[in-house]
Amino acid sequence: MDYALIWAILISVAVFAYVALDGFDLGVAMLFPWFNKEEERDIMMNTVAPVWDGNETWLVLGGGGLLAVFPLAYAVLMPALYMPVIAMLLGLIFRGVAFEYRFKTKRGKKLWDWSFIVGSFVAAMSQGIMLGAMLQGVKVVDRAYAGGWFDWLTWFTVFCGFAVVVGYLLLGATWLVMKTEGALQERAYPLAYKAGVGLFACIVFVSLFLPWQDAYIYERWFSFPTSIGLWVLPVLLVVLTIGLLNSLTKKQQGRPYLWSLGLFLIAYSGFAVSIFPYLVPREITLWEAAAPDNSLVFLLVGAAVLLPIIFAYTGYTYWVFRGKVRADSGYHD
Amino acid sequence: MVESLFSDADALLLARFQFAFTVAFHIIFPAFTIGIASYLAVLEGLYLKTRNPVYQKLFRYWVKIFAVAFGMGVVSGIVMSYQFGTNWSVFSDKAGPVIGPLMGYEVLTAFFLEAGFLGVMLFGMNRVGEKLHFFATLMVAIGTAISAFWILSVNSWMQTPTGFAMNDVGQFVVEDWFAVIFNPSFPYRLAHMLLAAYLTTAFVVGGVGAWHLLKERSNAAARKMFSMAMWMALLVAPLQVFVGDLHGLNTQEHQPAKVAAMEGHFKSETQAPLYLFGMPNMETAEVDYAIKVPGLASLILKHDVNAEVTGLDAFPRDEWPPVPVVFWAFRIMVGLGLLMVVIGLWAGVQRARGKLYDASWLHKAAIAMAPSGFVAVVAGWIVTEVGRQPWVIYGLLRTEDAASPIAAEGVGGSLLAFIVVYFLVFGAGTFYILRKMAGDPENVHIPDYGGGMAAERLMHEED
Ligand code: HDD
Ligand code: HEM
Ligand code: HEM
Repeated sequence: MDYALIWAILISVAVFAYVALDGFDLGVAMLFPWFNKEEERDIMMNTVAPVWDGNETWLVLGGGGLLAVFPLAYAVLMPALYMPVIAMLLGLIFRGVAFEYRFKTKRGKKLWDWSFIVGSFVAAMSQGIMLGAMLQGVKVVDRAYAGGWFDWLTWFTVFCGFAVVVGYLLLGATWLVMKTEGALQERAYPLAYKAGVGLFACIVFVSLFLPWQDAYIYERWFSFPTSIGLWVLPVLLVVLTIGLLNSLTKKQQGRPYLWSLGLFLIAYSGFAVSIFPYLVPREITLWEAAAPDNSLVFLLVGAAVLLPIIFAYTGYTYWVFRGKVRADSGYHD
Repeated sequence: MVESLFSDADALLLARFQFAFTVAFHIIFPAFTIGIASYLAVLEGLYLKTRNPVYQKLFRYWVKIFAVAFGMGVVSGIVMSYQFGTNWSVFSDKAGPVIGPLMGYEVLTAFFLEAGFLGVMLFGMNRVGEKLHFFATLMVAIGTAISAFWILSVNSWMQTPTGFAMNDVGQFVVEDWFAVIFNPSFPYRLAHMLLAAYLTTAFVVGGVGAWHLLKERSNAAARKMFSMAMWMALLVAPLQVFVGDLHGLNTQEHQPAKVAAMEGHFKSETQAPLYLFGMPNMETAEVDYAIKVPGLASLILKHDVNAEVTGLDAFPRDEWPPVPVVFWAFRIMVGLGLLMVVIGLWAGVQRARGKLYDASWLHKAAIAMAPSGFVAVVAGWIVTEVGRQPWVIYGLLRTEDAASPIAAEGVGGSLLAFIVVYFLVFGAGTFYILRKMAGDPENVHIPDYGGGMAAERLMHEED
């Protein structure tokens, strides 16, 4: 069996789970500037407080999983992305502690609001930059990163950073639509609408720019007839965007969030298609990066048994905290 | 690499300092959360069994403090898991196939469990009912212990590697997973660290209890926590000394150079002395200003006064760890361990005389000892890690060969950022925790859970 491929799929699932779940956490935080009342911010924070730690754990699984099964890719990408990774970690510190600190102080509340907002923005931005840097490619000599410190910084990677910010804003706004009601929800609708349009524009731009820039990616998408199958992605992109905007106009509750996830899934698949089978684009394939089979199998057995259990109790947690969050259902007593 | 103003040696030093700084900060939180999570499970269990409201009060009191510490533990831990790649990429490439899957298991068995039930534990009381809530608390406590299991297995493998082979690209690959996980130093390190976490917590709880007792002797909640903590000190501190001794004997067998550094033994000799005090001098290979007990080290390490004890002269000079750091860190840890035993015994005597809650000198001593566990834990890790130098994987991979190709400016920048952010952010957290601890445990707010969902209430405690 091709264990390396199985693991590549599993790690993609973990990263997608991270984006889908922590994406709305980060998005809700970045929406704070549009909601000034303290009470509203309390509610917004309480929609994610019981679940954020579990959401973030998918990031630990993504990173830890990469070390375990693709150590070479981990060893090359982390130094290559040194600054954005460190920036992301620092951002996650500021947003993570805000959940508890904010409710421990009156005077400092505004301070931790800003820590929550800026920390989330820096984390989201860094993640987008890393994504862009991977698409752009990384220089490798002798199993090690051989580029400069600022190779990750180009206008393209910064654009990708903003695209991820917009995407997370969309997830955050549609999450609020689902979890809140009244005036707060009313204001989340138009924000979600704008973010949806923005994300669509970003995806279209990246999809046009990349093949034009990069012969390999051009090849992947435009070598007919083999790439015909891939063209279902742009079609789905349009369908999902229309679905999302429609559902927002109709003021549906839970659907907009699901439509947004669909939109993310399409963008994510486009990314996967563009880099496959490389983990470090054009340098190291997933098979070259893979650890020896016995390491892959050892962890795979555990993942096969444990992931379903994890899904079960994570689902249970979400179920416990289901329904709308109101001012009087705050969890900090 | 881009031209750098600094040498690779500077970059290496900075990377080492960054790792040491961030991990020493990180371990402070697990040392507390592992213990306090178990303490909370015990409190909640006792409450369900006895319905004595004092347990419920103590639970509400400590769960708040736990939440803040846990948050800090999580965010500082995520930094650690990415730092292997950012700063120790050669190590990650080579050792990834061995240690990666163990850390993968840590995520799958421990981190998800903790995180998954944390929400229910902190915010779910009015939504799930008592029994399920207790279950959630138990899962969080068990999760923290499982986490210690895996990460200590990883660290122990780096100290005493077994069960591996090398492949043709220079990676460590596993031959026998059982031998990797249960490597020779692992059982000792796991036992010693878990006990360390329980002791650390016991002394924090004891110190807080003592502080409130000094203010008000009749404070029932303070009495209860002080009494529980002093039982722990009496029973666990001696056990820790015993386990520490076994751990040392194990180290003697597998990493004799480390033990030589701990003891300040530059020369191999019979009737080796135990240095109580001294300044190990790496230049002259002597211990200056020594106060020593002849023969005692031979007795402790070999259980025979006349036995020969291996000194650093048995190892090439470039394989010596920095002796003074190891020597002093070891004395700090052991000294605190012995003081903990003293406190436990003292409290035992006062309890037997029926004066546990009136002994104000004992209470003052307990307050002074409140942070002792943290100091001992960090000192212990310094013994372990600095004593392993110059190796990162003992005897096989040198620290200097394990680092990432990041220039000194890059590492220096990130190090500076970590230092500033950690002191600010974790300083604020510590302040909030101390303020909580100053609150009276008799006066904690117990929310009304009776009416289920309908009775949900918002009561932010802004103070
Ligand atoms: C003896 C125990 C112990 C030790 C030696 C370490 N940790 Fe730790 N770690 C824990 C015990 C722990 C814990 C008890 O499970 C924590 C602490 C507080 C917490 O929230 O969970 C945790 C949190 C924690 C997290 C966040 C988990 C989450 O998202 O919930 C990560 C990623 C790590 N750690 C990683 C590491 C790494 C890479 C270490 C080595 C350098 C390390 N830890 C040393
Ligand atoms: C949690 C408590 C820990 C503490 C306080 C601690 C402390 C330290 C210190 C002080 C050093 C620096 C030694 C030196 O360079 O002179 C170090 C090095 C190192 N430790 Fe640990 N450590 C801990 C746990 C771990 C664990 C669990 C691992 C592995 C899973 C680990 C992996 C390393 C590595 C890779 C180095 C090499 C880098 C270096 O030498 O600085 N440590 N640690
Ligand atoms: C007086 C009794 C003690 C003795 C004889 C003792 C012995 C040791 C030894 C020999 C080591 C190094 C092992 C190695 O690196 O191979 C060690 C490490 C350590 N000690 Fe102690 N210790 C004692 C008390 C304590 C106390 C009271 C604490 C904390 C509350 C503590 C916490 C630690 C920790 C966290 C480590 C590093 C992890 C490990 O290697 O287990 N120790 N101890």
